[in-house]
Amino acid sequence: MRRLHPAVTSLAMITFAFMYVPLIAVAIFSVNATRYGLAWRGFTLDWYVKLMHNDIILNAAWNSLVLAVVSTVVATILGTALAIGMDRFPWTKRVGTTFDLLLHLPVVVPDIIFAAALVVAFGLLRALSSLFEPGLLNMIIGHITFQVSFVALVVRSRLVSIGRDVEEAARDLFATTPYLLRRVMLPLLIPGIVAGAMLAFTLSLDDFVISFFTAGPDSVTLPLFIFAAVRRGVTPQIHALSTLVLLTTVILIIGMERFTRKK
Amino acid sequence: MNRVLIWYGELTTQRRLTKQGLQFLGVGMLWILLFLVLPGLVLVVVSFATRGSYGQLEWTFTIENYKRLLGFSVFGWTADYIIILWRSVWVAFVTSLIAVILSYPLCFFICSRPERTRYLWLMLVIIPFWTNMVIRTYAWFLILAPEFPPARLANLLGFIPPNTPLYPNAFAVYIGMVTIFLPFVALPLYASVERLDWALVEAAQDLYASRVRVFTQAILPQTLPGLSVGVILTFVPAMGMFVVPDLLGGAKYMLVGNLIEQQFGASRDWPFGAAVSMGLMLLTMLSLYFYRRKHKEMQFV
Repeated sequence: MRRLHPAVTSLAMITFAFMYVPLIAVAIFSVNATRYGLAWRGFTLDWYVKLMHNDIILNAAWNSLVLAVVSTVVATILGTALAIGMDRFPWTKRVGTTFDLLLHLPVVVPDIIFAAALVVAFGLLRALSSLFEPGLLNMIIGHITFQVSFVALVVRSRLVSIGRDVEEAARDLFATTPYLLRRVMLPLLIPGIVAGAMLAFTLSLDDFVISFFTAGPDSVTLPLFIFAAVRRGVTPQIHALSTLVLLTTVILIIGMERFTRKK
Repeated sequence: MNRVLIWYGELTTQRRLTKQGLQFLGVGMLWILLFLVLPGLVLVVVSFATRGSYGQLEWTFTIENYKRLLGFSVFGWTADYIIILWRSVWVAFVTSLIAVILSYPLCFFICSRPERTRYLWLMLVIIPFWTNMVIRTYAWFLILAPEFPPARLANLLGFIPPNTPLYPNAFAVYIGMVTIFLPFVALPLYASVERLDWALVEAAQDLYASRVRVFTQAILPQTLPGLSVGVILTFVPAMGMFVVPDLLGGAKYMLVGNLIEQQFGASRDWPFGAAVSMGLMLLTMLSLYFYRRKHKEMQFV
C-alpha cells in the first residue's frame, strides 16, 4: 500500500463531504418535526406517512415505474437484436461505420437537443394522430430511443468477449438458427443483456430532461414532481420523497454491483 | 452475390446473410432513424421557419432566427444571446476543470485503501453518479439556506444581505454543476489511476523530478485515457445543462439549456428554440473536434 500525502487525504475527504453533506441534509430534514424553516424540532416519521396517502405522489411513482419498465423491456429486446445484427453479420466497412455512427448518436447528442427535436417531431405528428399528444406514450418512445443505444453497446461488448467458437461448433452440429439463438447464444449473452437492461432501467428512472419536454399533465414522474415542487418551495414531504428515491437508488446500485461482480 | 459460402459453420449465401442481418437490426435501426435522426432533421428545417403570432409554425423560410441568435434585432445589435452561449462554454470549462482537480486526490485516496475497503469507497462515488440530479441539485437549497454557515459567512463578508439564501447566483450554479459532474470525471479516471504503474512515478522521484514534473510527466500521461473520457462526459452535457442553472441560477445566470427550454416552454417560439439548439450542437461538435485534435497532439509528446 502506498502512503499518501496528508493533503491528498484531506482533499479527498472534503470532496466526499461536498458530495454527501447536501444529501445527508435532505435525509435529516425529512425526519424533522417542523413544517417551515430549518430549526430542529424533534424526530418524526409523519412526512413519510403523509407521503403514502398523497395520491399525486403515488401516481407519479406509478408513472415512473410504468415508464421505466415498459421502455426498458422494449429497449432491451431491440438493443439485443441490434447488437447481434451488427456484430454477427458480414457488413461492409462502410455500412458498418454508418451503423456505428447511428448507434452512438444518442450517446453524444446533448439530451436537451434530443428533447427539443422530439417536441417538434411529436408536435408535427399530432396533426396526423392524437396518439402524439404529450403524455406517457411519447415519454416511453423518447426513453426507448436513448436506451436502445446503451443496451446495444453493452450487449455488443459481451458478444465480442464470448467470441464465435461455440456458435460455430453448434452450427457444425447442425443447429438451426432458432435453436442456436435460444440454446447457445442467449444463455451466453444473459449477463450482458441483464447488465444492459439494468443500465437502461436506471437511465430511465434518472432521466429528467427528456421526460420534462415530452410529459403531459397526467404523466408526471417523480423527478418532474420534485422539480415542480422545489420551485414552489421545499417542504419536509419532498425531503422524505427524495430520501426514498435515494434509498431506492442505493439498493438498485448494490444489486447491480452484486450481479456484475458475481461473473 | 449468390455464391454459396460458409459463414462460421453455416452454409449460406451472401444475400441470405444480409437478409438475416437486417431482420436482426432492422427494427432497432428504424427506431433510431424514425425517432432520433428524423426529428433531428425536422429540427434543422424548423430552425429556418417562422413563428406565427400565436406561437404556431409558419413555413416561410428565413435565416432570421440565426440572425437573432447572433444578436441582430430590430432595435440594433445586442450581445445577450452570444453572452449566454459563451457563458455556457465557460461554465462547462470551469466545471470540468474543478471536477478534474478534485478527482485526482479522490482517485489516489481510493486506490490507497486496502483491497477490502477500496470497494466501499468506490461505491461512495458510484452512488451520486446514479442519484437523480434534480434531488442532488435542490439538496443545495438546504446547505445554502440563510440559517447555515455558508450564507452567514457570505453575509458577514458583505456579498449578500442578511437572511437571504446563497442562491440563486453564479456561485451556486458552479457548486451545483461540480457536484453533479464530479462522479462523471472521477469514475473513468479511477479506472486509469487503478492501473497506474507506480514504478514510473518512483523513478521520476528518484531522479529528483519536482512534484509538478512527477505529475505532468509520470502521472498525467498514464491517466490520460480515463481523464479524456471523464472530461468529454462532463464538458458536453455541462454545456446543455438545464436543471442546475434553472434551480440554482434563476434568471441571474442563464445558460443555453435554459434559453432552449424557454423557447419550447413559456415563449413558445419553436423556430428560435431550434436555432439555439443548432448553436449548442455546433458548440458540441466543435469541442469534440478540438478535443480530438488536441488529444492526437498529446500522444506525440
